[in-house]
Amino acid sequence: MFKRADGDSRRSVTIHVEGQAVAAREGDTVSAALLASGLDVRRATAVSGARRLPYCMMGVCFDCLVTIDGVGNRQGCLVPVAEGMQIEIQKGKREIGK
Amino acid sequence: MTVRKDAIIVGGGIHGCSTALHLCLAGLKPVLIEKDYAGRHASGVNAGGVRQLARDVAEIPLSIRSMGLWERIGELVDDDCGFESYGQVLVAETEAELDACRVRVTDLNERGFTHEELIDGAELRRLVPAVAESCPGGVVSRRDGAAQPARTTTAFRRKAEQLGATIREGMPATNIRKDGKLWLVDVGTDTFAAPVLVNAAGAWAGRVADQFGETVPVETIAPMLMITSPVAHFIDPVVILRGRKLSFKQFPNGTVLIGGGHLAIPDQDRNETVLDWRKLSESARTVAELFEVMRSATIMRAWAGIEARMRDDIPVFGPSAVHDGLYHQFGFSAHGFQLGPGAGAVMAELIVHGGTQTRITGLSITRFQNSPPSSTT
Amino acid sequence: MSAAPKRDQYDVVIIGAGPAGLAATADAAGAGLSTLLLDENAGPGGQVWRAINSTPVKEEALLGTDYWSGAEIAKAARDSGAEIIHRATVWSLDRNLEIGVSVGGGSAFIKARRVIIATGAQERPFPIPGWTLPGVMTAGAAQTMLKSSGLVPDCPTVIAGQGPLLWLLAAQILRLGGRIDRVLDTTPRANYMAALPHAFGFVTSPYFMKGLAMMREVRAKVPVTGGVTELAAAGNGKLDAVSYVTAGGKRETLSAELLLLHQGVVPNVNLAMAAGVEHRWNELQLCWTPVLDALGNSSIPGIAIAGDGAGIGGAQAAVWRGRAAAGSAIKASRSNAKVSDVSAQLRRAERGRAFLDTLFQPAKQFRIPQGDTIVCRCEEITAKDVLDSVAIGATGPNQLKAYRRTGMGPCQGRLCGLTVTELMAEARGKSPQEIGYYRLRAPVKPIMLSELANLPKTEEATKAVVRG
Repeated sequence: MFKRADGDSRRSVTIHVEGQAVAAREGDTVSAALLASGLDVRRATAVSGARRLPYCMMGVCFDCLVTIDGVGNRQGCLVPVAEGMQIEIQKGKREIGK
Repeated sequence: MTVRKDAIIVGGGIHGCSTALHLCLAGLKPVLIEKDYAGRHASGVNAGGVRQLARDVAEIPLSIRSMGLWERIGELVDDDCGFESYGQVLVAETEAELDACRVRVTDLNERGFTHEELIDGAELRRLVPAVAESCPGGVVSRRDGAAQPARTTTAFRRKAEQLGATIREGMPATNIRKDGKLWLVDVGTDTFAAPVLVNAAGAWAGRVADQFGETVPVETIAPMLMITSPVAHFIDPVVILRGRKLSFKQFPNGTVLIGGGHLAIPDQDRNETVLDWRKLSESARTVAELFEVMRSATIMRAWAGIEARMRDDIPVFGPSAVHDGLYHQFGFSAHGFQLGPGAGAVMAELIVHGGTQTRITGLSITRFQNSPPSSTT
Repeated sequence: MSAAPKRDQYDVVIIGAGPAGLAATADAAGAGLSTLLLDENAGPGGQVWRAINSTPVKEEALLGTDYWSGAEIAKAARDSGAEIIHRATVWSLDRNLEIGVSVGGGSAFIKARRVIIATGAQERPFPIPGWTLPGVMTAGAAQTMLKSSGLVPDCPTVIAGQGPLLWLLAAQILRLGGRIDRVLDTTPRANYMAALPHAFGFVTSPYFMKGLAMMREVRAKVPVTGGVTELAAAGNGKLDAVSYVTAGGKRETLSAELLLLHQGVVPNVNLAMAAGVEHRWNELQLCWTPVLDALGNSSIPGIAIAGDGAGIGGAQAAVWRGRAAAGSAIKASRSNAKVSDVSAQLRRAERGRAFLDTLFQPAKQFRIPQGDTIVCRCEEITAKDVLDSVAIGATGPNQLKAYRRTGMGPCQGRLCGLTVTELMAEARGKSPQEIGYYRLRAPVKPIMLSELANLPKTEEATKAVVRG
């Protein structure tokens, strides 16, 4: 869907999406890294299970909600990636205590 | 223009709307006057608890009467009001609290009330599996439950209007006065006249009572609530605590409502409240201690509704002690929602028949005669 | 930089590090006021200067000179002596000027003598059929990814809507080697005539030449369809196709994996409204704007609003509004301080705005949807659901919550509020001002229960612990 433009010299950062290693760049937000990964990173809504991807990328729409290092319902578009970060795609209502 | 009605109801909360509906069912044509819109304040934004549990003995008969109406609420107002009956559980956190529960239930049984039932730790955990291991038991009222407050109040309003009530929203009742046998109330450029005036004005009711010589110790409060994002289903009944301020309820859509009576700072004249986040933090801490699984839940919204609390925490309900045709229905002190349907029915009986089978002694305004009022009215 | 605030009280707290917030911070701290700047993003710049210190797109011509003009103001703020905290989410502000802020998973309350809200704008909701499908995003979203990560579309891509940002984004994507298959321009044809009386102000404004050049740049590389009157996204679980109706009434379909939507920006009102700031419906910009005096002071003593949150005015106006609000804060704190009058500069920066507002006023069918089109993305409520509720007695947005939960999801009405107001106003034959808006309350962003539980305890509770 998206590709990286030429001349991006930022350091590579490895994150794990549902256990799979993904190369992101330092300064990417989690949502940007997910959209650049080429993986199926659609979440399922809590109301109907409909598939969604981030819509606004600026903290407004909450369609980027994602579980980061075990903490659910984080706005992926506001969180920068960090080495070793564990990302899980939210499928429906979050399991409580997760 | 003066419009003649059978009754004037001031206040469009659950109580005013319910009384309007029941007067219509008795064949009367009331007008209901609401300065904002029906359910704008406490009736629309409370926790929605439909609770007989843990009530003052003086209001139990009214509560039981109301419960009967809740159980056929769809027939009454053509809307199920989101009412669900999974019971309400009062949790004792210590053996001492459980002992107090035992005394309470025994006392109720001796008075002939059987809706509260003492439960041990095993039954508590069967009803509320997620509760902390340390809690030794509690009390359950199995027919209790919860409903959606704004939807409920709106349904009563709508049904009353369908049955012939006049609903005036968006302008306050002003210049309330009595002329001979008729009560007169202005709404904008209109005047309504009726032999009956029902004071159901919630946080604003103390001012009306005061104006007609019945000064009562009432204060304005704004109990705070907060709600979480949807989480997987883990609890059915409404849970309240014996010792600390907490009520707790998960809705069918997974959201969890946290309340319990911590207060915001009300600004009655601005129709506003300022939330007290340090107190909400105490609620959050209590929830986190009691239900470990809730620690990572997300708080989505918090709010508070303005209402009236009496010094003795039970409502003023029944005819005025001073004026013919004046009836009071206010001061429900943060637990009036469940009483709404029944209180409207009983109020209609008082107005139409001059009496009721439901025992309401103890709620009369006369109990405050010769007692000094509290600070705010 | 994600440490909690160092003090519990400041002369001025500025919320948002875009053009207005950065300019206000530089001036306020420069005048010696204890100044705290709180911002939700990882670095300064807001939306227009996003990632100004960190963008991988270093070649100046690619993002343009307007973008790089932000570097100087960001540096001025950084060097001003202000305390600046990024990745700080302000979730509460009340009329006592008490601020609840979450930083690094912990929350604190701080007091301010003055607050400048500079939370800017968000893109106007664009509720067309299928706008919730994966692959439908805002143009601003694509621009955010472009600026902060150098990411550009490489799949079949359609850009649809209207306004200056649409053309800027298209030009930037093309410059960076990204793919755009079609631009669908939804500017209503009638708007050109309506805007004509304001044209003089516009042609003498800074927007004019830049705007023309950008449109030429895009048209040279991408087919543009103007006068589009209907728009829909389709697909099963993801976007497959975009269909539209041309000015001539012909329905056409494009296959696409990415649809970027934009029909202007509107003030981000949540924080100001939750604090109790009075807002009114703006008939030209078709959104809620706060009631402010010339220096940006709101209806709540001590709270000023600067930047696009005060009403859309663009980045240059935002800078001057930020400086005006800072001047007012400086005056309040040091009555003998000399503060320069920036009203002339602000007026110049706002020139041309009436033309843009009139020309790019979105068509009704793109603001007020029908039938099965989703209005509330969070609770998945359609236009028909809203109208059904109106039919059985819902009179305004707050009553509608009880029927349909609109506005009660995590976005707290940000992406449905304007639509609900206009939809209900039309259905009930009232003005948006009469219909009103959601009553917004803190937390304006969701907060973890454990974080709330860990707030410093109340004074009484602390005393009780000490005593006991």
